[in-house]
Amino acid sequence: MLDLSPAEWTAVALSLRIALVATACALPFGIAIGWLLARKQFWGKTLLNGLVFLPLVLPPVVTGYLLLIWFGRRGPIGAFLYDYFGVVFSFRWTGAALSCGVMGFPLMVRPISLALEAVDRRLEDAAATLGANSVLVFFTVTLPLALPGIIAGVLLCFARALGEFGATITFVSNIPGETQTISAAIYTLTQVPGGDAAAGGLVLVAIALSLIALIAAEWVARRATIRFHGD
Amino acid sequence: MLAVDVAKQLGALSLSVRFQAAHGATALFGPSGAGKTSVVNMIAGLLTPDRGVVTLDDTVLFDAGKNIDVPPHRRRIGYVFQEGRLFPHLSVRQNLDYGRRMSGHPREAGEFERIAALLDIGHLLDRRPGKLSGGERQRVAVGRALLMRPRLLLLDEPLASLDAGLKREILPYLVRLRDDAKIPIVYVSHMPAEVRRIATTVVRLDSGRVVASGGLELLEELELDSLN
Repeated sequence: MLDLSPAEWTAVALSLRIALVATACALPFGIAIGWLLARKQFWGKTLLNGLVFLPLVLPPVVTGYLLLIWFGRRGPIGAFLYDYFGVVFSFRWTGAALSCGVMGFPLMVRPISLALEAVDRRLEDAAATLGANSVLVFFTVTLPLALPGIIAGVLLCFARALGEFGATITFVSNIPGETQTISAAIYTLTQVPGGDAAAGGLVLVAIALSLIALIAAEWVARRATIRFHGD
Repeated sequence: MLAVDVAKQLGALSLSVRFQAAHGATALFGPSGAGKTSVVNMIAGLLTPDRGVVTLDDTVLFDAGKNIDVPPHRRRIGYVFQEGRLFPHLSVRQNLDYGRRMSGHPREAGEFERIAALLDIGHLLDRRPGKLSGGERQRVAVGRALLMRPRLLLLDEPLASLDAGLKREILPYLVRLRDDAKIPIVYVSHMPAEVRRIATTVVRLDSGRVVASGGLELLEELELDSLN
């Protein structure tokens, strides 16, 4: 049915890998920052909130450009990571994962933060009287009760990461087999005469993957809600 | 033996309460808004008094003067809340086992079964709290508090959310609990009938103060007052 060339399949596989890695790496930060925003009052909270949601409103090219400046081989953070950990972002798939993670991050933090805010504190108190310290309370009560929101955040971030284009292409360019995701491949094909047919195949793949992610989000959230509320 | 001497400003209510509770059941009795739940929360460590001291046996749980405030998870005080507060994401069995797992002590042979039998909840173990009736939920909440092997049991209006029939159903369990468990119980209620069934000592609270304490005869006096 889908007549994709090996290069196009590579782009599909690469997109999935980048989106998965981006989402997995963003998750611990998403939970930590979601928790800070939901539960803590501190100086600079408004600023943190603004920073987290900035990628949502900034032109993606700007986000990509900032990543290039900071995380490039000569950038302050990029140089540090390369010197001490040997990690390279620029023009690698890891850089694509970074930009996808940054772009998906606001979409992940929002539902997690709302879910953590909605967890009944009285249940946390009950857990404390039963001998659970605050770390145990968090992992045995707070986190499981916020799970529907966490899953929603994960899937939204994944879907966003899968479709990311502007920031990624600005930061790590469009290198087949390394940083060329589905979106970048479609863009490339549309620039070549007669590439429309091949682009069509990738477009179908993109639609299918996005739909699957959205339906999965809906289904998992509903399942979790049913499980917690008993009927 | 629990000794409480605490004060706290709660909005317009200036709470200042002093009483002791030995074994048997001590009822904190008084109209709603008298500060009963706040007192119990201070004993459990969920609310910090402005000043005062709370001791249980020979342990100081709170002493404002000495900056001692043992966190709730180290107080080993079982707390049955008015609304049960069972964990909705865990089964009844996991709820009951929660305290033991969190404090990491090993399972004692027959303890779980004994308490499940005492409260008649053995047939509910694999259900989720969402599927329990109000009375079942409160019995599980009592079992959960007991299974953490508390040194003191706090019951905050455990029957308030139940209708008269369910109250009659649960009261005998609580009486049996008072006689079987060898730990002091603090029982919060505004219902004289409940207090009469369960309490051995009564502490009457009104507007944040202890207005009387003594035996069950306090309830009779109260009824005489209301008749006059």
